[in-house]
Amino acid sequence: MAEKKTPKLDELENGRWPSFVTEIKKAAVKNEASKELLHLLERSYEEKRGHWKHGGIVGVKGYGGGVIGRYTDLPEDFPHLAAFHTVRINAPSGWFYKTDSLRKICDIWEKRGSGLMNFHGATGDAILLGTTTEQLQPIFDELSEEGFDLGGSGSDLRSPSCCVGPGRCEYACYDTLEACYNITNEFQDELHRPMWPYKFKIKFSGCANDCTAAIARSDCAVIGTWRDSLIIDQEAVKAYVADGFDVQTVVVDHCPTKCLKFDAETQELSVVAEECNRCMHCINRMPKAIRPGKEKGATILLGGKSTIVQSAFMGWVIVPFMKMEAENDFEEFKELLRNIWEWWDENGKTRERIGETIYRLGMSKFLRDVGLPAVPQMVYRPRANPYVFWPEEEIKK
Amino acid sequence: MAILDQGPLNYKEQLPPIILENYGKWRYHENPKPGILKHVSESGAELYSVRVGSPRLVSIDFIREICELADEFCDGYLRFTARHNVEFLVSDPAKLEPLMAKLAEKGLPVGGTGASVSNIVHTQGWVHCHTPATDSSGVVKAIMDELYDYFVTMELPAPVKISLACCLNMCGAAHCSDIAVVGVHRTPPRIDHEKIRKGTEIPSLVASCPTGAIRPNPKEKSVIVNEAKCMYCGNCYTMAPGMEIIDPENDGIAILVGGKVANARSNPMFSRMVIPFLPNNPPRWPEVTSAIRNIIETYKAHARKGEKLGEWIERIGWERFFTLTGIEFNEKLIDDFIFSRETFRTSAAFKY
Repeated sequence: MAEKKTPKLDELENGRWPSFVTEIKKAAVKNEASKELLHLLERSYEEKRGHWKHGGIVGVKGYGGGVIGRYTDLPEDFPHLAAFHTVRINAPSGWFYKTDSLRKICDIWEKRGSGLMNFHGATGDAILLGTTTEQLQPIFDELSEEGFDLGGSGSDLRSPSCCVGPGRCEYACYDTLEACYNITNEFQDELHRPMWPYKFKIKFSGCANDCTAAIARSDCAVIGTWRDSLIIDQEAVKAYVADGFDVQTVVVDHCPTKCLKFDAETQELSVVAEECNRCMHCINRMPKAIRPGKEKGATILLGGKSTIVQSAFMGWVIVPFMKMEAENDFEEFKELLRNIWEWWDENGKTRERIGETIYRLGMSKFLRDVGLPAVPQMVYRPRANPYVFWPEEEIKK
Repeated sequence: MAILDQGPLNYKEQLPPIILENYGKWRYHENPKPGILKHVSESGAELYSVRVGSPRLVSIDFIREICELADEFCDGYLRFTARHNVEFLVSDPAKLEPLMAKLAEKGLPVGGTGASVSNIVHTQGWVHCHTPATDSSGVVKAIMDELYDYFVTMELPAPVKISLACCLNMCGAAHCSDIAVVGVHRTPPRIDHEKIRKGTEIPSLVASCPTGAIRPNPKEKSVIVNEAKCMYCGNCYTMAPGMEIIDPENDGIAILVGGKVANARSNPMFSRMVIPFLPNNPPRWPEVTSAIRNIIETYKAHARKGEKLGEWIERIGWERFFTLTGIEFNEKLIDDFIFSRETFRTSAAFKY
């Protein structure tokens, strides 16, 4: 196509933050579709609208997901973007890579696609952005040869993701990297062959700081916690004080449950363990002196999702504490997931996330059907209305 | 032929030796400089992580370049963060300064740790999505240029996480961010009966509307929209290409603030709308960048150390937030959807 100018996008090469326009231009040197993408995007900047149509059905043999069809609505002007599909690669736990692994992706993508990628997509997959229909199967074949597999798309289990966990964090209350890897492998069928009412996301965070934003961004959030008391190293507390650290103001005064006490004279920090809600504030501020307890596991929360359709939900506590042990192959968690999915399959409507199904039918029905005991940790406070749906067996006939 | 269901790469084979050796043994960490984390193991081993801002939408050249750096300084390993940053994992402290020098030479910013503005989690926008109400990468670039100094320093009261979703599908799940930038439509869908007739399941389309604004139109073998009931969420357009919702002159951006996901001190919170609409004004979206700068600078000037944006607002009260920022409050900010009740003030105690 004729060389056209892209003044609006060129402006976004200025400024100190690294520019995606520069990246598209780098890809455009080697690839005609990327060059057209630059001009299509310039047109969007002029017209203030996107130029992509709804996805068509494309795929690879054996899978129902993993690739997403994408077509421009201006194929006459941009023939190389007539088909410009996405391939999702399931990223390794914690997004750790050997450079060799990344180079293998680059080599395949240089040969068979636009050369543009997202590291990473919002769900955590490595995203290959833009290729033609006939390249999809060869790309999958070659990625597979190098040990990669595709991620989820459509109404299936989306690629689970996790925080850096014990790989590089002293807060991790369970092995998030192993849990994510093990559970992803267990549910490969669910991940690759959409068969549910809608998508289902799982995120693993090692502690209540929730670095993967699991509570907001996943249908099932697995957030590390402990059951016993946090552990205080009094010598380390004294070392903080000696360094001029203000334990009272920075830590104790901001404890939400007021369960910490600092004796300025003895320089001793104490905790009323049964009043602590394990929020992580004190540990964040004094990691050398305060640690999670010994009896570690995770809180399971269900129902997190974004705005569409019935407003955004955060995950609700359905299991306050569960052991997450690699030695037991995470069996208790897997069993729970199977029960939840079976219930959702039976009760969910098309395009209804699990949180919406539970909200529509009631938390108590969900808990009864799935066999989870109701405990006070599940609610901030009990109901204020008397409208209880009494089970028949509790009523005198 | 591909092997089916072999699963992702085994992370154990992607971890650098220092992490394999100290797996689960990390004792504590420090944040000695913006963008640099120092983790110390029970064994005494020290690992320096250098966090680098990335545009997320990158070319193979970019990936190969960072691979070269990782080969030279990090034994051939690197990682990415949940917020699209690149992290170089340096086990030899002597390599830290040379790596930083190379990154500076390449114009790659080091920062995003502690009380900084971290990289923006965002969606595809006009680059590759069919439902966007705004662009993503361009808005993000404009905001990060504007807030660059807050990425490379740690001078805010607490970490500020910004997320951008280019429509209400919110692939970027922006709804619990300190600052959420959300693409919004403002006009009802325009129905293309021909397209609806061709390929749309009418009952599913009718069911997709959260306010019941869509009903069948048997005469046209299509649907009809009760425009007074439409809140422009775009869910019908996701279901049916014949429900054209994109409207260049009326689409734009809403700003929501005060969300958080961490449980530290206070419970996780949703972001709340403070600006219902700003126009799409590419390539620099000046109205959006200056609105965000105002919010961040007001927060910086008034919040206590360690206080998240949402915690600060909840402490002083939202009414004070509007006074201090000078942002106009109007009826569009009062919820009238299904979970509105909890947001109405049921107390005679408040401020001006």
